[in-house]
Amino acid sequence: MFDASLKQLSVLLAEKKISSTELTSEFLQRIKTYNAEYNAFITVNEALSLAQAQIADQMIASGQGSQLTGIPIAQKDIFCTKGWLTTCGSKMLSNFVSPYDAGVIERFNHVGAVNLGKTNMDEFAMGSSNETSFYGPVKNPWDVSAVPGGSSGGSASAVAARLAPAATGTDTGGSIRQPAALCGISGIKPTYGLVSRYGMIAFASSLDQGGPMAKSAEDLALMLNVMTGFDARDSTSLQRETEDYARDLEQPLSGLRIGLPKEYFAKGMSKDVECAVEAALDEYRKLGAETIEVSLPNSQLSIPVYYVLAPAEASSNLSRFDGVRYGHRAQSYGDLSEMYRKSRAEGFGAEVKRRILIGTYVLSHGYYDAYYIKAQKVRRLIAQDFVDAFKHCDIIMGPTSPTVAFDIGEKSNDPIQMYLSDIYTSAASLAGLPGMSIPVGFGDKNRPVGLHIIGNYFTEAHMLNVAHQYQLATDWHRKIPHQIEI
Amino acid sequence: MQWEIVIGIETHVQLSTQSKIFSGSSTAYGALPNTQANVVDLALPGVLPVLNYGAVERAVKLGLAVGAKINSPSIFARKNYFYPDLPKGYQISQYELPVVEGGGIKIQLGETEKNIRLTRAHLEEDAGKSLHEDFHGMSGIDLNRAGTPLLEIVSEPDMRSSAEAVTYAKTLHSLVRWIGICDGNMQEGSFRCDANVSVRPKGSDTLGTRCEIKNLNSFRFLEKAIEFEARRQIEILEDGGSIRQETRLYDANKDETRAMRSKEDANDYRYFPDPDLLPLEIADSWIAQLKNTLPELPETRRLRYVNDFGLSVYDAAVLTSTREIADYFENVLTLLPDQAKLCANWIMGEISGRLNKEAIDITACPITPTLLAALLLRISDETISGKAAKTVFECMWNGELDRNVDAIIKAKGLKQISDDGAIETLVDEVLFANAQQVADYRGGKQKAFNSLVGQVMKAAKGKANPVQVNAILKNKLDG
Repeated sequence: MFDASLKQLSVLLAEKKISSTELTSEFLQRIKTYNAEYNAFITVNEALSLAQAQIADQMIASGQGSQLTGIPIAQKDIFCTKGWLTTCGSKMLSNFVSPYDAGVIERFNHVGAVNLGKTNMDEFAMGSSNETSFYGPVKNPWDVSAVPGGSSGGSASAVAARLAPAATGTDTGGSIRQPAALCGISGIKPTYGLVSRYGMIAFASSLDQGGPMAKSAEDLALMLNVMTGFDARDSTSLQRETEDYARDLEQPLSGLRIGLPKEYFAKGMSKDVECAVEAALDEYRKLGAETIEVSLPNSQLSIPVYYVLAPAEASSNLSRFDGVRYGHRAQSYGDLSEMYRKSRAEGFGAEVKRRILIGTYVLSHGYYDAYYIKAQKVRRLIAQDFVDAFKHCDIIMGPTSPTVAFDIGEKSNDPIQMYLSDIYTSAASLAGLPGMSIPVGFGDKNRPVGLHIIGNYFTEAHMLNVAHQYQLATDWHRKIPHQIEI
Repeated sequence: MQWEIVIGIETHVQLSTQSKIFSGSSTAYGALPNTQANVVDLALPGVLPVLNYGAVERAVKLGLAVGAKINSPSIFARKNYFYPDLPKGYQISQYELPVVEGGGIKIQLGETEKNIRLTRAHLEEDAGKSLHEDFHGMSGIDLNRAGTPLLEIVSEPDMRSSAEAVTYAKTLHSLVRWIGICDGNMQEGSFRCDANVSVRPKGSDTLGTRCEIKNLNSFRFLEKAIEFEARRQIEILEDGGSIRQETRLYDANKDETRAMRSKEDANDYRYFPDPDLLPLEIADSWIAQLKNTLPELPETRRLRYVNDFGLSVYDAAVLTSTREIADYFENVLTLLPDQAKLCANWIMGEISGRLNKEAIDITACPITPTLLAALLLRISDETISGKAAKTVFECMWNGELDRNVDAIIKAKGLKQISDDGAIETLVDEVLFANAQQVADYRGGKQKAFNSLVGQVMKAAKGKANPVQVNAILKNKLDG
């Protein structure tokens, strides 16, 4: 049951073989047993989860159930959840109980999904290893000495350890895809604007996008069906016809043109990752796809551009955490300025402070044109690269991360090395394109490798199809960390 | 040395929308603290702004009314600074691309007109209020006002005296009320001015160093603050000093301005486009639609009053000082089409005087346009004299006889004697009794004529038609 797909759980619930209350209790029990090991959850609230499970059971009993009704889903602690502690992995919000639900949470509530708990994350989603969390690092279930990736490391770890059937994540420069890759699960960041950002605590508004993390592409499709949709409370939310993301899962892949950016395969990728990715591409060729070399000439600029724009937006987005209305406030202070300084100095961790400093700097008078404006211009060039590439191919593939999961502590004192973890994922974020990671094997130390799939705008259904066909032909996504007991 | 004062004005106009510019909270004034602040106004984690198009509509109307360019797209930007009544740590405003650019406002200075150019007008949100009293060493924050829509209208430095500045402010105040985008309530802060003041030697064409005086919420304070500030700057310059560019506050109690902060310690606001809001696109069709809903503008009416009704420029300006007065005037005029000057005189004289005295708005005037027209009709058809009309007006104001003009004239016996025979009899009697003055007049003393007219009017108890009295008397004496 802990390894069951969403579809299987849905059938069990609909056929009343199990109740949501039972299912939720089982997962809560499992979290109780194993969370100490992985630190995947910040908050578990049995009473609130079981109350939702009861409602779900009533919905199912009265025939109002749909595919995710009654299924417990782990929520990244970046989504404001009414009545729940919502910390964003920060001391700053360690006392913040949200009085309202994020748009995404509302959508899960509406279909009767159960909130299983709030997952650990890098503080304010700033990090690629989940080591910046105020609540301590999350462990990778494949090897507890390794990081799970970040910032959605808690969600990735929870799904990999089978502590949750599926989870939500958010992705600003790779925060869904990179931890999915490092934990051997599937994750998709949809086209910017498909998932409401209302109630999703902002890191970099023009890049942030919520998305699902699960065991398979098929599960991701079911999750996306619930998560996407227009929200009038988010001005960047897109008004589009609802679509069924599972509709094309069974389409054959013959004739699929896969673009391989030569820049991604040139250097920087470690040997073990390259082997696994090449093997996956061979599998795709077997499935009828052809691979074409494409070029993303400006992609090497995506990390510097990302680390100008994201901190710029973050420096402003995080100004509201001032200790005045909610959140951490210093115990003692002499005046207003000291209250701000002490509250923020105490409430934010080192990485968050570093990014606020970078962001404040690049927006400063005299530097704005050289950094922010320049970066915006390069951002457009990066997006244009994809437009050109998609003239020659249907989908783009490459490694999700240059290496397999690194050891906890290995990069935590070297921010530049840490930032390079997102070298393959940040370009799609800057372009607003959908990106996805699926497990395609193992590298050094038997740690998982992820394949990065980038689609054109709004082609999520097709990307899921491409991933699903691979998962029908292989069983990498079925592998369970050896130390995990089911 | 002769000095010239140079003034530019920035006005914060609170737009009359029901809800805030980026949230659904009410903008009603005077509610209990923080009862009109929702999760968006409180800047809780995760909340996002959604633009209220009612605010955009009002900004566009202003742009159309002043002949400005409506920018599409315009861009919302974040102005970053920390203050407890600024919940997000930034104010959403417009910086590089404002919604309204250029245009001008014509102000009336006596009989001459002057165009004050506008630089721009941009949309922004207001901050909350910090209350530093009554909290025992702490400060209170009221976020009811946070997020209230403002249109900041910036003029070029085109004014040369406090009087011009006040006229500009009054004209703009009238205009924003006229086109229905602001309630104009200055006590409640719906219309606040900042004045940029500098001085320079007369004849110079370079600008002096300016000081900005913040938050002037009455025309009188605006005038006094500018006068004080200009004097202060002239004194410094005449003593050989130089002006420091700074922001100053006007203290109404002491009638002086005080330094608040200098340019050196000004914040770096780190403006950048707000990624939560898309560029604001305004379709031409929407602009055209809004243009159709605009009322006839004061400037157009002013011209019409001069050209079509033959009023003086001054009269036309007074009558168009508010849309309500102009509407009142035109309502009277519809019933009395050929008597524009008479209508104007009465509205600017008796009506305005009385309304001012009793602090009543013209829309609540007990003498409606219909009633005033009925009264003025009796002057124009010579039933009563202008003097008697004032008596009738008084009765009407007090509500006597259902404000029925003819009933009052009858009851008070104010009807004019217009019968030639009756007047002739009176004239004959007066001539007979004043032989000496008749002789004086015929001897060339013009003054004697006026005295005889007076005698006739006295005999008629003031009710004889003076025009007829003059004619008949002249005829008898000269004939």
